[in-house]
Amino acid sequence: MLIACPYCGPRDLAEFTFERPIASIVAIDAPVDVAMQALFTRDNPRGPSAELWRHAYGCRAWLRMERDTATHAIADVAPYEAGA
Amino acid sequence: MFRADPYQNQRSGVPLHGLIKRMRRYSAFNLIRAGIDGQTSWSPAWRAPEPKPAYDIVVVGGGGHGLATAYYLAKLHGVRSVAVLEKGWIGGGNVGRNTTIVRSNYRLPESQRLLEFSLKLWEGLSDDLNYNVMFSQRGAVFLGHSDSDMTRLAERGDALRCNGIDAELLTREQVGRLVPPLDLSPKARFPVVGGLIQRRGGTARHDAVAWGYARAADALGVDIIQNCEVTGLVSGGGRITGVRTTRGEIAAGRVGLCATGGSSRLAAMAGLRLPIECHNLQAFVSEPIKPMIDTVIMSQSVHCYISQSDKGEIVLGGDPDLYPSYAQRGMPRRLEEVASQAIALVPALSRLRMLRSWAGTTDMSFDGSPIIGPTPIGELYVNAGWCYGGFKATPASGWLYAHTLATGAPHPINAPFGLDRFERGATIDEAGVGPMPHHR
Repeated sequence: MLIACPYCGPRDLAEFTFERPIASIVAIDAPVDVAMQALFTRDNPRGPSAELWRHAYGCRAWLRMERDTATHAIADVAPYEAGA
Repeated sequence: MFRADPYQNQRSGVPLHGLIKRMRRYSAFNLIRAGIDGQTSWSPAWRAPEPKPAYDIVVVGGGGHGLATAYYLAKLHGVRSVAVLEKGWIGGGNVGRNTTIVRSNYRLPESQRLLEFSLKLWEGLSDDLNYNVMFSQRGAVFLGHSDSDMTRLAERGDALRCNGIDAELLTREQVGRLVPPLDLSPKARFPVVGGLIQRRGGTARHDAVAWGYARAADALGVDIIQNCEVTGLVSGGGRITGVRTTRGEIAAGRVGLCATGGSSRLAAMAGLRLPIECHNLQAFVSEPIKPMIDTVIMSQSVHCYISQSDKGEIVLGGDPDLYPSYAQRGMPRRLEEVASQAIALVPALSRLRMLRSWAGTTDMSFDGSPIIGPTPIGELYVNAGWCYGGFKATPASGWLYAHTLATGAPHPINAPFGLDRFERGATIDEAGVGPMPHHR
């Protein structure tokens, strides 16, 4: 499977690592209960999901990926911007 | 010891729910008799009943754990009004998608108690169910590839023996005698320096586990309803009162969720967000060959499992795919990786052709341990989060979940595995990785 890195172009899945769903990124000033929810629970959707990935064995950029967990189809890969 | 006795209800005069034809016991006598009457005297192993309007307990999910739960509910707790709702068919989910390995050599005492209880149930299971689950205690070996591996294995072995579970540290030569085809040369890609064996570990026949529990539960009056998907939960008065399904609404005194791969979606119907993320776990088998590996070989450092089925296939498994998925189909790169590890460990495997591969959707929890217990919602219980270790736990999971559903409170063995342990900071983290469900 190829993933289109916005910086490097299409690269093999092997170069990328999944980090966590976008919704589970914890803000540095998040209250404890919000942080716990984000860290320890998931929506775990079957279908479209917004996720944080990394081109770990390539350019190492953090990426925001729109992906379908049931079909593995990738709708969009974009640079991840914190807070976006 | 108790035995599954399909006739006990007739004897005690308790009518079975809708039992049309008396179940015939599997025995040498009945085998001969059926040989004489042209195999016409067997009845179907379980019925295909229409769902009733109401049950005392509805178990959602007809996998190994769900069927075992229903069986122990009927057998040990006298709850006869039980339905198991399965959206597909019996044995089509993870109970048919694993590597069939059974062992109890875990590191933490809570996990040890759970899995050792399970192993003890496995040891009497074929007898109990009157169904041959082909449980074979051929031994399960962890390979050690370095001094630090051996220190880790010795520590685990000590922890096991302290709690009365069998564990034996092996030298390189002992491992070599046990598994002659292993590459024992110092120049091997993964040099073997020793191992840790649990001799009571082994494998079981996955389909037989599902079918055996289904047949035994059915004989005790449990309704196993296939092609019946739960589409919603019915609530009233602050509690769950039933389920909406593709075959109509069913009222329930108590609902037990037991559907790996569907846990989050089912819990969301009740407004719950679980500590679970679903991932793909793959396995594959070679063409059948003559016996060459008569034990289970596992390497946790490289993460590869090798065993040989009774049919002769070499069964291989490894890491999950490490990103969320419900696809039940994995990435080819993982097959390549596991195959290369297996060939490095057992070079003779390089000549084999691979026959088929499959993937299951695992419920990865946030500490690597399962969740069995009540939820914050009245009369709704959850059994989920078995990560990639659910098959070996099937009997204990069913036994303990049945206890929890029948009494409304967890058994001391599953009490530490409650849903609330994450917010209490009382996680049971075998690997010590923290809230990262996709790390092994």
